[in-house]
Amino acid sequence: MAFLSHLWHHLIGALPWAWAQFPWMRKALLAVLLAAPLFALIGTQVVGLRLVFFSDTLGHAALAGLGIGVVAHLVQPWWAMLIWAVSIALLMTYVQRRSRAAMDTVLGVFMAFSVALGIALLSHSNQTKQLLNYLVGDVLSITAAGLAGLAVALLATVALALRWFNALALTGLNISLAGSRGVRVAWVQTGFAVLVAIAVTMVIPWIGLLLINAFLVLPAAAARLLARNMGQYLLWAVGLALIAGVGGLISSYYWDTPTGATIVLWSVGFYALALIFHPRPTRAAWPDPAEA
Amino acid sequence: MLPHPPIPHVPCGACLTHVNHLGVRLGGQLILDDLTFDLRCGEITALVGPNGAGKTTLLRALLGEVPYTGSCHFHGGPGHPARRLVIGYVPQRLAFDRAAPITVGDLFALTSGGRPVFFGLTAQARAAARASLDEVDAAHLLDRRLGELSGGELQRVLLALSLCPEPDLLLLDEPQQGLDAAGLERFHEVVARLRGRFDMAVVLVSHDLAGVARVADRVFLLDRRLLAAGPPAEVLLKMAHSSGKN
Repeated sequence: MAFLSHLWHHLIGALPWAWAQFPWMRKALLAVLLAAPLFALIGTQVVGLRLVFFSDTLGHAALAGLGIGVVAHLVQPWWAMLIWAVSIALLMTYVQRRSRAAMDTVLGVFMAFSVALGIALLSHSNQTKQLLNYLVGDVLSITAAGLAGLAVALLATVALALRWFNALALTGLNISLAGSRGVRVAWVQTGFAVLVAIAVTMVIPWIGLLLINAFLVLPAAAARLLARNMGQYLLWAVGLALIAGVGGLISSYYWDTPTGATIVLWSVGFYALALIFHPRPTRAAWPDPAEA
Repeated sequence: MLPHPPIPHVPCGACLTHVNHLGVRLGGQLILDDLTFDLRCGEITALVGPNGAGKTTLLRALLGEVPYTGSCHFHGGPGHPARRLVIGYVPQRLAFDRAAPITVGDLFALTSGGRPVFFGLTAQARAAARASLDEVDAAHLLDRRLGELSGGELQRVLLALSLCPEPDLLLLDEPQQGLDAAGLERFHEVVARLRGRFDMAVVLVSHDLAGVARVADRVFLLDRRLLAAGPPAEVLLKMAHSSGKN
C-alpha cells in the first residue's frame, strides 16, 4: 500500500505541470479517478430507473445524520450520516412499495424533514461551520483512509454490477417481466437503494451534499443522449465522468475555484453539448399510428 | 440458463396446467374467487371481462407475484422434459423514455442469463435472439432502439422475448394497447401461428371481442368469478344475451 502510494506520487509528480507538484492535488486526482467511474456506474441505473429525485433526497438526508452525529458528540459524525442515509433509503423503499401516495411528494417530505432536522440540531450545538463543510465539500482534503474507502467502494460496485446490473435494469422496464425471469424484485430494489445511500454518503465529504446529485446524475444523463445501446451508455457515462472529474480538478487549480463545483460545471457543459448535438431518432417513435 | 434458439415443433396436446380453486385477496378485498380451469397446450384461451374483473391479477397469480389460495399444477405430456413450469410473459407496456439507450438486442441480453448487458450479446445468444425474432417477423429489429419501434413492433418483440426460453405457458397481458386495428390483427395472426409451432398453452387477456372471436379456441368470461367458459361463439353469445337483459 505504501509502495503504491509512493509510486503514484512519484509518477504524477514527474509531470511537468505546476499542479502536479502538490501532494494534495495528486491525492485529489486519485480520488476523482476512483469516484468518477463509481458514480458513473451507479448513475446510469439511477437515471434509467428514474431515481434522480430519490438519490437527491438521500444526499440531503446526510444533513440530519450529521446533526445527530454532532449532537451525540461522535468523533466521526460521518458514521451517523451513513447509518441515517441507509435507514432513510430503506424507509423510502418500503413506503414506495406500500403506499399509494405520489412518490415525488413522499420524497419531498423526507428531504424537508432531513434538512430541517439537520439545521436545527447543528444550530442548537453551534456547529454551523460543520454544516458549511458538508454543504460544499473539499476533495483537496481527502485522506489516505478516504482514498482506500473509495477504492473498496469502486471494486465492490463493479462486482455487484457484474452480478445484478441485468436484474436491476429489468425491474426498471417492467416489474412483472423481471419477476417472470426469476428476479427477486424487492431484494434488488432495496439493495440498490442501500448501495446509492452508501456511495453518496462516502463521496459527500469531498464533493458536498449540494452538488452530490449532479456529480452522480449528469454524466449518465449526457451519456443517455449520445448512446445507442447499453454498452455505449456505460462507456459514455464513465468517459464523461472521468473527463469532467480530471478537467474540473485541474481547472479549479488554475481558476482558484472550489473543485466540486468546477467538476459539476464541466458535467453541465457536457450535458448541454449532448443535448444540442445528440443524434435524433431516425423514425417516428412509439406509439406509431401508421402500423406496418 | 444458456440462450438457445426456440425449436418449433407441434404441440403434443397433452400438457396441462391445472388451476384448482384459485382465490386472491388483496388488502382485505376479494379479487378472485374460486377459479377452477385447465389450460392445454396448443390452445389459445382468451380472458375477457370488465375493467377490474381481476384479469391482470389472475396473470400475476399464475406468475407467482401475488399470493393465492388453491393450487396451480403443471403436468407435462409424454416426452416432455421433467422440469418446473416455464412461463413466458408479455407485459402491457415497458417503462422507458424515447431516448433510452436500449436496443432490442439489449432486451434479450437482459433476460438471457448472467452475462451483463453492457458486454453485449455473444454470437450464440445473438443467433438465438434473431431466431426468436424471426418467429414474429421481426428479425430486422434486432439492433433497433426500443424508442424507434412502433407499438406493434414492440409487442412482437416482447412476444419473441417470451419465447426464449420456450415456455409451457404464454401469458399475454392486453397486448393490443398502443396498437391500431391493423397492428392488432397482425399481432393476433402471429399469436395464432405460434400456437401451432410451440408446445405451449396461450392465455390472452383482451378487450377486443371481435379479435378474440377470430383467434381464441376458448373464452373465459371473468368477473371475480369465472362466469362462463367455452368456445368463443358460445361465450360471446351469452355475454350479448346477459347485457341485453340488463
